[in-house]
Amino acid sequence: MSFEPKITLFSCHYASQQSCAEKGKELQQLGFPATITLVRVPCTGKVQVTTLLQAFEDGADGVYVVGCPVDGCHNVKGSVRAAKRVAAVKKALEELDVESGRIEMFHLPRGLHPEFVAAGVAMDKKIRTLGPSPFQS
Amino acid sequence: MIVAERKPMAEIIEMVKDCSRVLVLACRGCVTVCSAGGEREAAALASLIRLGMKKEGKTIQVIEGSLVRQCDKEYIDTIDEWKGQYDAIVSTACGVGVNFIANLRKETMVYPALNTTFFGGSAEQGIWTEQCAGCGNCVLHLTGGLCPVARCAKSLMNGPCGGSVGGRCEINKNTECIWQSIHDRLGSFGRQSQMEAIAPIRDWSTTGHGGPRKTVRADLMIS
Repeated sequence: MSFEPKITLFSCHYASQQSCAEKGKELQQLGFPATITLVRVPCTGKVQVTTLLQAFEDGADGVYVVGCPVDGCHNVKGSVRAAKRVAAVKKALEELDVESGRIEMFHLPRGLHPEFVAAGVAMDKKIRTLGPSPFQS
Repeated sequence: MIVAERKPMAEIIEMVKDCSRVLVLACRGCVTVCSAGGEREAAALASLIRLGMKKEGKTIQVIEGSLVRQCDKEYIDTIDEWKGQYDAIVSTACGVGVNFIANLRKETMVYPALNTTFFGGSAEQGIWTEQCAGCGNCVLHLTGGLCPVARCAKSLMNGPCGGSVGGRCEINKNTECIWQSIHDRLGSFGRQSQMEAIAPIRDWSTTGHGGPRKTVRADLMIS
């Protein structure tokens, strides 16, 4: 049986504006993977380590965060903070002998752009390669 | 403050592998300030324990709690709030907190989640540096307020060793030679001559070499 990953995306309002276009249908039309559940947050700087870990506890096979460009965050340093928390979770996954690639950070421009879809496609492909989360009992 | 850092997860998972219920107990004292064992870090640890155990094919119930401090009997007594809800406590306090729980809760198994590292301060956001060794015989009045016991790699008492180059320590070029700094600081007050006084052979018995130390303040004791 083929593996359908469950991926959780935390994205700031600005980088995920595309999710609102065409009444939320545009992302699907552009090929954004259906395996991804999008959680929009005002700023990725507010996403805590515990939030990212909880996503794995809730059954995610992969987790990623999309925030503003490093030098262009709406809240100045929010996406940089998010990247550091993603890095902390990567380290913790390694300590548990789990692939650190199950969590990633992307810095993308705001608005309508193909990179947002491309990041989703890349994560979907990577998690399919890695297989189911080892945290699934 | 007492500075600490989380132990590797493999070590912590090994501690709790036979438990079915643990209480991850945060401390709202020093380890909260150094972001090692406060409520936020305890929540992350609880999550990691659940994930780690799940990966091993085991289930564990992890509850979280916190005490104002884990180095006072009065606060340790409040652990009763979680009575009957755990097989063991994983303390995110410093080693003092773990010892206090072990001292006062004879029936409770307690495990340390942190490696307690040193007495230090925040050099900048996210960086803590050792400043005091708790040696019990302070010489800061002689050294311009800079501690050669904690901050000299060899704890020298009579100036720098031959490895001091350009104000840096020979063990690590990123470490200042504290004796160079003591010289410069005393000099800024016109007191370099203080360094000419020979410090006598140091009595290290106050440093713990005479066994565990105790402070008694009779004026504060009730009985």
